[in-house]
Amino acid sequence: MKTYWKKNQQRLAPWLFLAPGIAMFAIYVIIPIFQSMSISLYAWDGLGEKEYVGLSNYVELMDDDAFYTSLKNNVIWLVLYMLAIPAGLFVALFLNQTVRGIRIYKSLFFFPFVISQVVVGLVFSWFYDPNFGLLNIALQAIGFDPIAVLADEDWVTYGIIAAGLWPQTAYCMILYLTGLNAVDPEQIEAARLDNAKGFKMLWYVVLPQLKPATFIAMVVTVIGALRSFDLISIMTDGGPWGSSRVLAFYMYEQAFSEYGFRMGYGAAIAVVLFLIMMVYITAFLVKMYRDERGL
Amino acid sequence: MFHRTKTLAAAVATSTLLGSSLFAGELVINTDTSDPAPKAAFEALIAGFEAENPDVKVTWNLFDHEGYKTSIRNFLTADAPDLANWYAGNRMLPYVNAGLFEPVDDVWAEHGLNESLASAKGSMTIDGKIWGVPYTYYQWGVYYRKDLFEANNIAVPTNWDEFKAAGATLTAAGITPVTIGTKYLWTAGGVFDYLNLRTNGYDFHMALTKGEVAWTDDRVRATMANWKELIDAGFFLENHAAYSWQEALAPMVQGDAAMYVMGNFAVAPLREAGLTDDQIGFFQFPVINPDVPLAEEAPTDTIHIPANAKNKEDAKKFLAYLARADVQTQINDTLGQLPINSGSSVGDDKFLQAGYEMLSSTTGGIAQFFDRDAPAEMAKAGMEGFQEFMVKPERLDAILERLEKVRGRVYK
Repeated sequence: MKTYWKKNQQRLAPWLFLAPGIAMFAIYVIIPIFQSMSISLYAWDGLGEKEYVGLSNYVELMDDDAFYTSLKNNVIWLVLYMLAIPAGLFVALFLNQTVRGIRIYKSLFFFPFVISQVVVGLVFSWFYDPNFGLLNIALQAIGFDPIAVLADEDWVTYGIIAAGLWPQTAYCMILYLTGLNAVDPEQIEAARLDNAKGFKMLWYVVLPQLKPATFIAMVVTVIGALRSFDLISIMTDGGPWGSSRVLAFYMYEQAFSEYGFRMGYGAAIAVVLFLIMMVYITAFLVKMYRDERGL
Repeated sequence: MFHRTKTLAAAVATSTLLGSSLFAGELVINTDTSDPAPKAAFEALIAGFEAENPDVKVTWNLFDHEGYKTSIRNFLTADAPDLANWYAGNRMLPYVNAGLFEPVDDVWAEHGLNESLASAKGSMTIDGKIWGVPYTYYQWGVYYRKDLFEANNIAVPTNWDEFKAAGATLTAAGITPVTIGTKYLWTAGGVFDYLNLRTNGYDFHMALTKGEVAWTDDRVRATMANWKELIDAGFFLENHAAYSWQEALAPMVQGDAAMYVMGNFAVAPLREAGLTDDQIGFFQFPVINPDVPLAEEAPTDTIHIPANAKNKEDAKKFLAYLARADVQTQINDTLGQLPINSGSSVGDDKFLQAGYEMLSSTTGGIAQFFDRDAPAEMAKAGMEGFQEFMVKPERLDAILERLEKVRGRVYK
């Protein structure tokens, strides 16, 4: 026994250290993924007997308008949420100066990320309110008709994304601010001597050095877009008539809400959402792997 | 998530004093009655029960509304209390089917509840058994601004033409006839129910919510056509999809809207907002088809014994206590709602009196509510369809076909 340990100590030690993490990850992430996949093959209300229905949950999903609405909204979220990255960069560049009290301004800009998404949702609901909301007061002041953003199926998703961009921009800003601290002043100096300035300076000298920050900003923004849930729940509850739902919200509604408890169908939606995330996660892992090997 | 209320030490003390021969039963009650009035009503109810049954120690777990709807599924299976509150009609069907509620026919037989609670017996019965004890209900109808009606010389409308004329007068005066907030959908279900009850009657309402009638049926279309008349005439508050029912009270309080199709629970916030009883009135939803007997909506709240309860004996005692005429009088006085027991007396409040008068003379039948009579999934799809119809009435065909598709799946 002892000799076995001595012989293999180098090989076994890392696994021993990893074991608690692996166990947690398996129990809370890996196993539930397979459980979801298995539940998605059943019709189950969470109370009675599970009934095996094969792929019929997926067949139903293919014929479900609400599913396509949610999928479409998910894509809109993914695309528009990316605006947080350039916006965050812009704010970070703007704040990256040494003026008296700049720290106060930085914290103020970071503030929306600190407050709860629920509060953000409420604030924007009032902002959009058709009667007393600031948005419509402003629109009417410049001669437009008021828009009930959250009651209009064409506007509602964009309205919620705009609310989501507020904290997300703050998040990207903080990432870039940290990144800007690490920009090499000598390279800036050298670029100045070569007469680089303005946009060229930003594009060819500063941005390449911010690449790690951009990468992280992109990761958190994509994840943020895919898990958008709280804002939708607070601002519209998926409405009007389900037109602001995304997959995560639709899954929750089918599986856990007051009128739901179709665990199998909810699980099927979860599996689809998982597959979409998988594409992205794979791309992310491949890139990490390549970077580490210096390819 | 929930707070365990102090178990009354006095009860324990008494039972100890009386000697060890008395069995000190523990009775666990879970409820979601966390609003001020229901909470006070239950406090009094439990104190009263404990005073009469000193050997029973009540532990009361109070949940918030939304959390309760999810928790009840967990605690009924995993850690069942001895009593839990819920709702009559189809809302309790999943638990009855899953064998999680205990039938209480014996309590009904033993204490003469078949007579005293007769009016609610139908909505408590599934598969020929009775599954709980109802303790309160409340009327639905039209709450309106009396002063606005008087200022515009409008009499209380009793039929469809008068109702539409009243709306036209109000619109001409720059007042929205009916306020409504459909963000959480169920308010639209109330409007649909009343239009449907008045157009097609109670039996059709039940057949539709039980899935026996197609959503593309001409009778459903007749209801929707009546609804469209109101929508086209600008009856409803603009942008209602952005508001909750509470937010939609504001235009009525401010005098920008005159009516609200609502349950009696709307009276309390209207009063709190500063309207006096001279300004608020109530009338029965007007007749549409004179050949259809008037049916009303009056959702009933109930208490059940979970099948996995540990102390069913004392739980049945509690149900019998809850069903008593004097207890129901007292609890509903606090709740501001109507007692089920025919021997109870109704509070002096003018809205309670009006509701009691209306419901006790109802011949057409008493419905629970769209989302209590229809299964959850159908209810959700239906109410979403109603909301969409109220904003985009031109999509009627697509909506009804979608609902028909859901019906085909839900009722197997």
